Amino acid sequence: MEQQTTQPSSPPPIQVVESVVIRFCGDSGDGMQLTGTEFTRASALALNDLATLPDFPAEIRAPAGTLFGVSGYQINFGSQDIYTPGDQPDVLVAMNPAAFKVNLPDLVPGGILIVNTGAFTAKNLELAGYPHNPLDEESLGQRYRLVKIDISKLTALALEDSGLGTKDAGRCKNFWALGLMFWMYQRETERELRSIQEKFAKKPELADANIRAFKAGYSYGENTEMFGQTFHVRPAKIAPGLYRNVTGNSATALGVVCAGQLANLPVFFGGYPITPASDILHELSNYLNYNVTTFQAEDEIAGVGSAIGASYSGSLGVTATSGPGISLKQEAIGLAVMLELPLVIINVQRGGPSTGLPTKTEQADLLQALYGRHGECPVPVLAAMTPSDCFHTVIEAARIATKYMTPVFMLSDGYLANGSEPWRVPEMSSLPKFPAAFRTDPDGYMVYGRDPETLARAWVRPGTPGLEHRIGGIEKHQQTGNISYDADNHHQMVKTRAAKVAGIAREAGELITCGPPEGDLLVVGWGSTYGAITQAVHTMQKEGRKVSSVHLRWLNPLNPRLGPYLKGFKRILVPEMNNGQLVRILRSEFLVDAEGLNKIQGKPFKVSELCHAIAERAPKVQN
Amino acid sequence: MSTTDNSTPLVKPALSRKDFVSNQEPRWCPGCGDYSILAQVQKVMPDFGIPREKIVFVSGIGCSSRFPYYMNTYGFHTIHGRAPTIATGIKVSRPDLTVWMATGDGDSLAIGGNHLIHILRRNVGIKIILFNNRIYGLTKGQYSPTSELGKKTKSTPGGSLDHPFSTLSVVIGAEGTFVARSIDTELQHLQAMLKRAGDHKGTALLEVYQNCPVFNDDAFVYITEKTNKADRVLYLEHGKPLVFGKDKNKGIRIGKNFTPEVVEVGEGPGQVPLSEIAVHDETVENPSYAFMLSRMEWPEFPVPIGVLRNVIRPAYEELVAAQKERMVATRGQGNVDKLLRSGETWVIEPEN
Repeated sequence: MEQQTTQPSSPPPIQVVESVVIRFCGDSGDGMQLTGTEFTRASALALNDLATLPDFPAEIRAPAGTLFGVSGYQINFGSQDIYTPGDQPDVLVAMNPAAFKVNLPDLVPGGILIVNTGAFTAKNLELAGYPHNPLDEESLGQRYRLVKIDISKLTALALEDSGLGTKDAGRCKNFWALGLMFWMYQRETERELRSIQEKFAKKPELADANIRAFKAGYSYGENTEMFGQTFHVRPAKIAPGLYRNVTGNSATALGVVCAGQLANLPVFFGGYPITPASDILHELSNYLNYNVTTFQAEDEIAGVGSAIGASYSGSLGVTATSGPGISLKQEAIGLAVMLELPLVIINVQRGGPSTGLPTKTEQADLLQALYGRHGECPVPVLAAMTPSDCFHTVIEAARIATKYMTPVFMLSDGYLANGSEPWRVPEMSSLPKFPAAFRTDPDGYMVYGRDPETLARAWVRPGTPGLEHRIGGIEKHQQTGNISYDADNHHQMVKTRAAKVAGIAREAGELITCGPPEGDLLVVGWGSTYGAITQAVHTMQKEGRKVSSVHLRWLNPLNPRLGPYLKGFKRILVPEMNNGQLVRILRSEFLVDAEGLNKIQGKPFKVSELCHAIAERAPKVQN
Repeated sequence: MSTTDNSTPLVKPALSRKDFVSNQEPRWCPGCGDYSILAQVQKVMPDFGIPREKIVFVSGIGCSSRFPYYMNTYGFHTIHGRAPTIATGIKVSRPDLTVWMATGDGDSLAIGGNHLIHILRRNVGIKIILFNNRIYGLTKGQYSPTSELGKKTKSTPGGSLDHPFSTLSVVIGAEGTFVARSIDTELQHLQAMLKRAGDHKGTALLEVYQNCPVFNDDAFVYITEKTNKADRVLYLEHGKPLVFGKDKNKGIRIGKNFTPEVVEVGEGPGQVPLSEIAVHDETVENPSYAFMLSRMEWPEFPVPIGVLRNVIRPAYEELVAAQKERMVATRGQGNVDKLLRSGETWVIEPEN
């Protein structure tokens, strides 16, 4: 917690802090995700800038009390620009011994440690692998600001005459903890009480119980004057406008809806449930009145197949999945390349290979997106940088797909998908339209005739008289589209498909950079590392190091400005949450001695890790 | 073609068979049963009165899947086994189109088996012609999921160990709403079945026994040979008893546990009166009857040809459209600006 000023005032005194990182953790059945999102909303309404990171196990209900059943939610909120959910929590709320054990190592030394002692039973201690109660260790209180509260018991007391059984009453303890946090950070409670009522509208007795628990937690803070103070994070300086909180998956779904409207096309989404992409399917299924059709297919292949069929028929075909799903879809994506039909493929990357780490994040599908199909099969690839950027990235993918008649990859990842940030909501009228054009003129129609600039072939909707034609996956004649096994024709078609995708480079625009165009070190990133890299580069620049960063939205084709830009730096560092994928591309494309910085732990980079790596490579310069 | 007034054509002239012939030369082997199926399809197409541009032929991979190239309609030759997925995307997004699918026993029962059962389950309005030649032709002669047990092929020199599918048992098991069978050499029957399939709402599946003269010649000769045909084929007709044989003196009686038996029909000793012979009803909701028919195979039984099952269930694309309309009716046509501003929002005022 970065301390700024202390303002002594009548009790309790309020300490103003610039930013705080809180992590709520408990058993996966303890409702930690809900606690986190509720606190996030209250922080957003308090006008703090923020970023969040949920971290939950793959099992829906892992055995209670076990280490692998621990679920966490981290939020970083502040009065300055917040780029990441924070490296280390300043405040850790641990609801049971397992959560305590898993998360304690992350807490900053001297940080606030709030523990639900009621859950430190002999059984739970054993499940967490503790021979004796770690709360009894004296050093704990010396290392952290330890606050031991029997939240289980206090919640039960608050609900004594509620008529709720012990089990249901026990489930309310997350709201007790939330209430306490609301007091600590002086959050507005009115809105929260309304939210609980709305959330449990169908079970008024639970709404009532949760409200009581919440109020009890709040009062506990007030009455016991736990730290003798509360904390205040001032509103951040944020561009004026209307804001909401948005996760990457939600932004993606909203972007798909908007893309359909901007392209003046019906949207057809074909998909198959897979973590962490399913929310996109769920959300779009609620938007059928926006000219959207969703189709939960029998498998990943049918998901993309149906989307291709819909694109062929004149819709914006979209599919979303994660790495394993992409593996299954690749043959069909190759078909879409051959047919030259628009298609948006969203890959919310997770840890791989195989089932890997389904709920954890990774960036290891870049090479799969670029090269994972048989044959010479180029596909444009775009990557989103932040949760809200998913909105703009998927719209851009749809624009490129329809303009160039090609499938387009949009790479997201588990970190963006579930993480959230405040988003200044754009007006539809401010977003450029890209209405799709269908050919209706039979005169001189060639199935594979091309626009001379974009090299796109014409999009013809079935139902158009006089334009009946046949297409398919077999190589075609470069004009008529009839089957052709001719040697020169195939050579020509491979070259043309490559040239079409390469030509999309003209769409790449300005590079996204941070810092001057020359220096000792350039950090090159792509995707969800944007926040951490930007924060680290800012920090290191302030220390007087000649470091800049460039972040790639376009992975294929690469931004034509990138090559010259790389030349302005002595060293190039490429942090990636994989074993070195973009770094290979940069080395082979530009013959530069780019160096990888790889983290493959299912977790995003910490700002401190990047700062450390930058400091090793870019010396402090005395002015 | 009907007579039209040459001077003032008020209606579009009806289409003829030739209108459905594309400019591509079929590349099937001489004598292939596919030629017959193509010819019958082109012949019945004008009868539907649907303009060519409203028709899409979709296929997977295999000899039969070359079919769309030869139809002068919209055509889409997809990838192995996946035709039902692409056809579903077309039909659901464009219910105004008439979508046919050409596929084979390998394409739709092996690599595409999953998609086939799901398109049937959903009852998407696709008319599927399943060319069953009990062999892989395009890959030059390996056994297929419908090849008989013990069949010797390139990949089974010691004989196939795989228990074969009965195509129609699979289709009925997946609750296909229109299930029929015909034979490439039975031209009139094939045309009649194509028309029935074309008129069905929901998924229509027509299995056509098709001879592959190169890799599995005479696979169906046991039922197509003139001398044997009458005794080995059971022509199904709705409302008519299940009788067969040159003299129509053999019939199917359904015994205990839905077990069919072949009996001699007549009033004499050891014969069974016609009143005890099962009467074909293709509209029975319960699929068990049609399934029983699909299990009948020579030599124990005659092979049923015709419509096994024809029931009415809403087509998937209609349900999708209706659900969408309901959402529009209850929530109104979506306003994206409102959607983007839904949920919790807050306003940051410009600083003065």
